[in-house]
Amino acid sequence: MTDTPLLELRNITKSFGSVQALDGVDFEVRRGEVMALVGDNGAGKSTLIKCVAGTHAADSGQIFFEGQEVHIHGPKDAGKLGIEVVYQDLALADNLDVVQNMYLGRELNRFQILNEAAMEQNTTATLKSLAVTTIKSVRQPVATLSGGQRQSVAVAKAVQWNSNLVILDEPTAALGVAQTEQVLALVRRLGEQGLAVVLISHNLHDVFETADRITVLRLGRSIGVFERSQTTQQQVVEAITAGMPTKVAGIPPTAVEE
Amino acid sequence: MTSADVVGQDRGKIVDPEDELPGGFAGLWARAWLNLRTGNLGPAPIIVGLAVTVAIFGFTATNFFTATNFANLITESAGTAMLAYGVVFVLLLGEIDLSIGYLAGIGALIVAELTLPGSSWQMNGIFAMIIAVIVCALIGGVQGSIVAFVGVPSFVVTLAGFLIWQGVILNKLEQRGTIIIQDRWINYTDSYFFSHFAGWVIAAIITALYPLSVLYKRITARGTHIAQVNPVIFGIRAVGLAIVAFGIVGISNHAQVITTKLGLPLAGVIVVVFLILLTFLARWTTFGRHVYAVGGNAEAARRAGINVPRIRVLVFMLSGATAGVGGIIFASQVNSVALTFPPGNLLLNAIASAVIGGVSLFGGRGEVRGALLGAVLIGTLQNGLNTLNVSNGWIYMITGFVLLGAVTLDTFAVRLQARSGR
Repeated sequence: MTDTPLLELRNITKSFGSVQALDGVDFEVRRGEVMALVGDNGAGKSTLIKCVAGTHAADSGQIFFEGQEVHIHGPKDAGKLGIEVVYQDLALADNLDVVQNMYLGRELNRFQILNEAAMEQNTTATLKSLAVTTIKSVRQPVATLSGGQRQSVAVAKAVQWNSNLVILDEPTAALGVAQTEQVLALVRRLGEQGLAVVLISHNLHDVFETADRITVLRLGRSIGVFERSQTTQQQVVEAITAGMPTKVAGIPPTAVEE
Repeated sequence: MTSADVVGQDRGKIVDPEDELPGGFAGLWARAWLNLRTGNLGPAPIIVGLAVTVAIFGFTATNFFTATNFANLITESAGTAMLAYGVVFVLLLGEIDLSIGYLAGIGALIVAELTLPGSSWQMNGIFAMIIAVIVCALIGGVQGSIVAFVGVPSFVVTLAGFLIWQGVILNKLEQRGTIIIQDRWINYTDSYFFSHFAGWVIAAIITALYPLSVLYKRITARGTHIAQVNPVIFGIRAVGLAIVAFGIVGISNHAQVITTKLGLPLAGVIVVVFLILLTFLARWTTFGRHVYAVGGNAEAARRAGINVPRIRVLVFMLSGATAGVGGIIFASQVNSVALTFPPGNLLLNAIASAVIGGVSLFGGRGEVRGALLGAVLIGTLQNGLNTLNVSNGWIYMITGFVLLGAVTLDTFAVRLQARSGR
């Protein structure tokens, strides 16, 4: 247990023209914890994530990774730090099978000739270690998988690459009850395996079931950080809808560093 | 724990036997049913179609079931198959290349021009063919670059190419009408026939390739899904391949024109060699994998770090190159390049071949072998109708209906596949 967060954002601002999407956001996530990022539509969740993933560049503010200040200028920089984002639309190729998707763009090869055997073995092992048992064959096309299975593949794909931080953007948005449970269990396992996990969700039920801590954004500002065990859904809802960027009951002292 | 640990553990006992379909005939039926249900028909419909076509013509046309006509069929279909190979890759991306018919003409024109007897630049036919194929690949590359970097739809770019290269051929041949090709290497590509013995050796080599590739996979990929082959399917495929290979050689060896004995045509061997090379390229290289990925989900491919424009350009280069090879084969068939090039409906036949062969117009689905099967089906259909003295009008109409049927089947397959995912 280290006190240095794996990823720490300080005073991040970002505007699109006259729209101030992020207005001095602080955020942190530690290894081995699931940090939920919640907020209403337009609160700045996606923008914040895109700044971390390198899709957008922040206008100002600092990003610290394992205590060191870093500059993320593109997705490649984020990848080098071991930051993987699982986007809402999954970015899987339906016509390819599970193995082919897991290694998409990073195929194991020798002189450009694919090493299918190793890729298949590694995929099977990764899925096993994440206890993804519902996928019958790693050689079936992703088109034949259910929504939950696809999400599992997308998450496993993100985890496979020595990642330190996995960011999940609304992983359960399109899923049924049973499949949601399946994916949430997977999210918890990621945290237990020592990764830092950021879970973006609209669904407070999901958040309270998986997250260790909860960061609330509102109108581009961080409202506060809640310990899941010391707060109620009611308090979080209040913060999302009416919260002011001041101290809110329940914030652990470590999280507030203005 | 990092994912390196995740990957490292549990090696060895990977394959869960419960995941596997049962072996033997039971597995065969289970697999066939699964494939049918999920719309994964593979080459089955076209093989059935081909068998039906051959049977119909065998009973109705008097000249169809002759060894000489069979050898003709191979040399006639070879050029179309070459173009269709390129079409497969273009369609896999979800793009289209309309320029290949006249690009084939450019390839033919270049070899004819470069080997022109008495000209100061006359060169060996082999060099001429290499240059022609490279030029066609570069032209394809330029067209592909406009698609990939500028973002003009491939339909428009290659439609422009269609007009431009047709214009070049017209300009070049308007006055001369026809350029005769006298270089023997070029003419060999369609009209060289192997000796009977060489034909048998080639059949044996091709027959042996499939079991060897399965054996190789079993050794190098032990314990994985890709190494597993249902023994019944394996047996059917191996025996089927042997029958086809030896059958083709056996029939070709009986072919003769008046008193000249023919044999296995080189054109057929060229087509099979390209089939093997391009299948390898599509299934076993990173390039091939990326082609399927871009066709399946270009955005996912881009996010996965695949250089999508590069893949597009390379595919259009490949399409240009195969068109060039096909053009040379067509020119060699008539030992000349004339204003009437490309013969018949070459462009549409090539695209139809790939589509009939199960390559999806929507990108990401299809196999190289489909192009060959499609070209053989179209070739057989047109050849058979010709021997029946059916008019060209009917031949076009019947080809059209076959194409329509094949695409309809493909659309159903896609729908089934999507439904089985839920």
